[in-house]
Amino acid sequence: MVEMTRVDAVREIAAGYAAQRGPLLPVLHAVQDRFGAIERGDLVAVADVLNLSIADVHGVMTFFHDFRAAPPPTHVVAICRGEACQSVGAERLMADVRADLQEASDVEVHEVFCLGNCALGPSGTVDGRLFGHLTASRVGASLPGRSS
Amino acid sequence: MTLAPERDLGTPAVVGEPTATVTIDGIPVRVAPGTSVLRAASLAGVEIPRLCATDRLEAFGSCRLCLVEVDGVRGTPASCTTLCSDGMSVATDTPMVRQLRHGVMELYLSDHPADCAGCERGSCDLGRLAADAGVAEVRYGLGRSHADATTDVSNPYFAFDPAACIVCSRCVRACGEVQGTFALSVAGRGFDSQISPSGTDFLASECVSCGACVQACPTSALEEKSLVSLGMPSRAVVTTCAYCGVGCSFRAEVRDDPEGTTLVRMVPWKDGGANEGHSCVKGRFAYGYAAHRDRVLEPMVRDHIDDPWQVVSWDTAIERVATGFRAIQERYGFDAIGGISSSRCTNEEVYVVQKMVRAAFGNNNVDTCARVCHSPTGYGLGQAFGTSAGTQDFESVDQADVILVIGANPTDAHPVFGSRIKRRLRNGAALIVADPRRIELVRSPHVEAAYHLPVQPGTNVAFVNAMAHVIVTEGLTDGRFLAERCEDVTDYLAFIARPEHSPEATEEVTGIPAPDLRAAARRYAAGPNSAIYYGLGVTEHSQGSTMVMGLANLAMLTGMLGRDGVGVNPLRGQNNVQGSCDMGSFPHELPGYRHVSGAEVRGIYERLWGVPLLAEPGLRIPNMFDAALGGTFRGLYVQGEDIAQSDPNTRHVEAALRALDLVVVQDLFLNETARFAHVFLPGTSFLEKDGTFTNAERRINRVRPVIANRVGKAEWEVVCDIATAMGYPMGYAAAADIMAEIAATTPTFTGVSFERLDAVGSLQWPVPDVESPGTPIMHVDSFARGRGRLVETVYVPTTERTTRKFPLVLTTGRILSQYNVGAQTRRTENSTWHAADVLEIHPADAEVRGIHSGDLVGLASRVGATTLRALVSDRMPPGVVYTTFHHPVTGANVVTTDNSDWATNCPEYKVTAVEVTVATALDTPAPGHIVATSILSRADDIARQFAGLSPAEGAAAVATHLTRFWEPRMLAELASRVRSGDPVDPLVVSALAEVESAAH
Repeated sequence: MVEMTRVDAVREIAAGYAAQRGPLLPVLHAVQDRFGAIERGDLVAVADVLNLSIADVHGVMTFFHDFRAAPPPTHVVAICRGEACQSVGAERLMADVRADLQEASDVEVHEVFCLGNCALGPSGTVDGRLFGHLTASRVGASLPGRSS
Repeated sequence: MTLAPERDLGTPAVVGEPTATVTIDGIPVRVAPGTSVLRAASLAGVEIPRLCATDRLEAFGSCRLCLVEVDGVRGTPASCTTLCSDGMSVATDTPMVRQLRHGVMELYLSDHPADCAGCERGSCDLGRLAADAGVAEVRYGLGRSHADATTDVSNPYFAFDPAACIVCSRCVRACGEVQGTFALSVAGRGFDSQISPSGTDFLASECVSCGACVQACPTSALEEKSLVSLGMPSRAVVTTCAYCGVGCSFRAEVRDDPEGTTLVRMVPWKDGGANEGHSCVKGRFAYGYAAHRDRVLEPMVRDHIDDPWQVVSWDTAIERVATGFRAIQERYGFDAIGGISSSRCTNEEVYVVQKMVRAAFGNNNVDTCARVCHSPTGYGLGQAFGTSAGTQDFESVDQADVILVIGANPTDAHPVFGSRIKRRLRNGAALIVADPRRIELVRSPHVEAAYHLPVQPGTNVAFVNAMAHVIVTEGLTDGRFLAERCEDVTDYLAFIARPEHSPEATEEVTGIPAPDLRAAARRYAAGPNSAIYYGLGVTEHSQGSTMVMGLANLAMLTGMLGRDGVGVNPLRGQNNVQGSCDMGSFPHELPGYRHVSGAEVRGIYERLWGVPLLAEPGLRIPNMFDAALGGTFRGLYVQGEDIAQSDPNTRHVEAALRALDLVVVQDLFLNETARFAHVFLPGTSFLEKDGTFTNAERRINRVRPVIANRVGKAEWEVVCDIATAMGYPMGYAAAADIMAEIAATTPTFTGVSFERLDAVGSLQWPVPDVESPGTPIMHVDSFARGRGRLVETVYVPTTERTTRKFPLVLTTGRILSQYNVGAQTRRTENSTWHAADVLEIHPADAEVRGIHSGDLVGLASRVGATTLRALVSDRMPPGVVYTTFHHPVTGANVVTTDNSDWATNCPEYKVTAVEVTVATALDTPAPGHIVATSILSRADDIARQFAGLSPAEGAAAVATHLTRFWEPRMLAELASRVRSGDPVDPLVVSALAEVESAAH
């Protein structure tokens, strides 16, 4: 019954955008905002409401790394690997953070390309909050309930 | 001989006059403006290397291999996306271009298996293009690659190996642009990009296995499994598919070995007029039945149907047939035997069957399986336009602005034409679907019908009359067309304008909301080009013929005939159903739809065949069954039709077959009908035949032998041998000679010969002389009968009604992967997709009965019962259930009734009152009773159609119908029943009086 509810909710979200021009991206954002991920069943429902093929929706969804097929773990750390941050130590930062958190199953670490915070690099986000001059220890300190 | 691949010009042709001159490497070439440089170069004989471009798809510009230099243009544009303009000068092989190409090829090869099996085999373009570009080695070291990617082998016919894939998107575009399914896309981005059927495997995806992606793939990433297991073909034979009435042309690619010829794969032929290089899962892949172990390859006989079969020589079998038939005729009369021809066989094979019946049997007891599908098309279009065929070629739909699809499911039953319709819809045409079921065309990716009119089964005529009513009463008719091209106009207009035909009045019967119907009628009338495509949902009704005339009326009222983009078109179910009808398979018609009562026409054949011919019609298939049960019909030859499975009311058919003294079945397999046979003659598959098929657009296509005949005799030879053994010598040196006889005797085929067909590819009849290019569009200036006839189409409800005991209506149809009774497709991997028939039922009807998807359910009608699995689906409207008839274990026709079209006795498959209940075990089909329609009710059915006329006109109309279509003994029986006081419609009584007075 829970599954039915989700399908209906996704269909409702998609229907809300269906009349727009190019509704697919806003729909995918809305679905992920609501459920944290876009699962297979959501793809099928969105495709049906927008009269697209499942492959159409899958192709678009997988093109953007921010759309995810499974919900994220409790914490998400994203580190900028754009040129500006790269030149001030992002590569090292990434390696350190990965090393610190390799045992942490509740934290996901991934790279992003430019957060628009180039003057304060290396930049990154922890659970969606933006940090400049980021260090591995600040990442650890920013994860609630964890010691660096 | 090596296999020459079909020429590919790189990008699609552009319509227009060749007014632009461009120079390619110094060679001038004239092309239509808008043509790509790549195509212009190809036309000039300069092949620019490319990977992502093909003339089947719009240019994409992704592979960067077709770069050229253009005078006065900076850089090196891609020739596929650069359009020609007058005076342009292009260089395709400069040092700059060569260097760039070399670099691009190196990059491709850096992520392509060094040991690519396709490159080795010759089925992967990459190796060849690399050699052409002079790439001997790749400078880049071992980096990340896709070499570890897993091959997807889920589809039974082809595999996808991402390691060999270059992500050129040809498959993605073919799936969208050509097939219209959009099952593929590029998943991921950058290095991770991979062609994907929505993140699952091919079998679990939306893929319909049409093979367009495999054909489009320039590498060996998408490849037929047969190519891998059997190796590269060495030779190609162009032939015609033997499944549906689209009649696709294929290159059968074979390999010749000392042991014989092996068919490696079937590739749709780009020059095929019907399919233009496209295919479906049946034609492209489901040919394995020809080599199936179930095929019977030797003649067999037995004295009694309970005896085991005995293998005998051809001579023995033929002697047995001939003496058996002659013995029956001596004892019971010349008209106690008959034959049924097959719409799966060639024109030549069918022609000799009707010749055998007429000349050797000496009667007109020949009918064809079209009886149970499109005989109402024959009658209806014959009455309205004067000839029994669709008015357009398939290509015409590209010019249609409004497409009305009624009682047809093209994406399943005529998939290649379905793809063509979808493409036209994506390009802007509007679609009206009239069908109780929400078929795929109503709504599928990138396609949506403007109107879906869920017409209640059995009420088609009420629906079409309401459409015509709106057009007439709202002043939407084409007055000039009516005045100049049609007859009986005034009477018809007065008839149809009557208020009982308004959408508001018919709404309750048809179930179509009046505002929707009015809007759809206006849209159809508005055109400017509106085309009608219909299927068995029109014909297989008690008023099938009336409905066909109703559709003809719609087209005539609005002037939608005689040009591109319009017309009335039956979608023929079988590969040669058009041809088998053309060849004189009906008991009342000689080849070319000429009634047997015409002395002049009979004279043509009497002189040629040297025997007198009967002027009265013979028995139709259902009449044969009735006469068999009555004891007056004792012997039957059946060519490739499984009447025991495909004809309605199975119990009745089986009882009739059991009553016969001699049943001769010619088929590939021991089918259901063969259970009742005394002689079995092995048939040939289309891969072994030499002849012609005629598709739904009247296109006569060659069928050429691809592999050696497996049974030792061509089917037409067997028929000739039977006739000869019966004392009527019949023989031809080759199939071509049969066509020569057809051409010599049939005006619409005068200009047809194998020689011409081999030269021009195909011809659409009429082909009135040897110079004629054929007739893609009919009735351009006048109708075949002169003026088009508007027939008053009175709606007469079917006698099959729902009741409290049988509250639901069952309607039947086909599914993409299976074909008719499944004799062929069930013997291929196509059963992967559809292993059993299921019953589709609306959620509301399912809920009150406690039925869930997957449950076993009992399906019972007044005549029989069976069990099958349920599929709860809102594709059906409440009150209507649906199933397919592909599997003998289901026996869907156990429940269908003996009701039939009043004019042609085409069975009313589409309307059976049923009840559905939860079942506990999968019972075998249990036929209940033989509900044979009496001769009186058949006559009543006819009389009811003319009830609207004055008594005198009505009697004349009934009398004409009876003399033209009823076999004399049936007429005599009817008269004697009426004389003895059996109750019958008064019109029948006066009609019989008229028939008798005319006879005296």
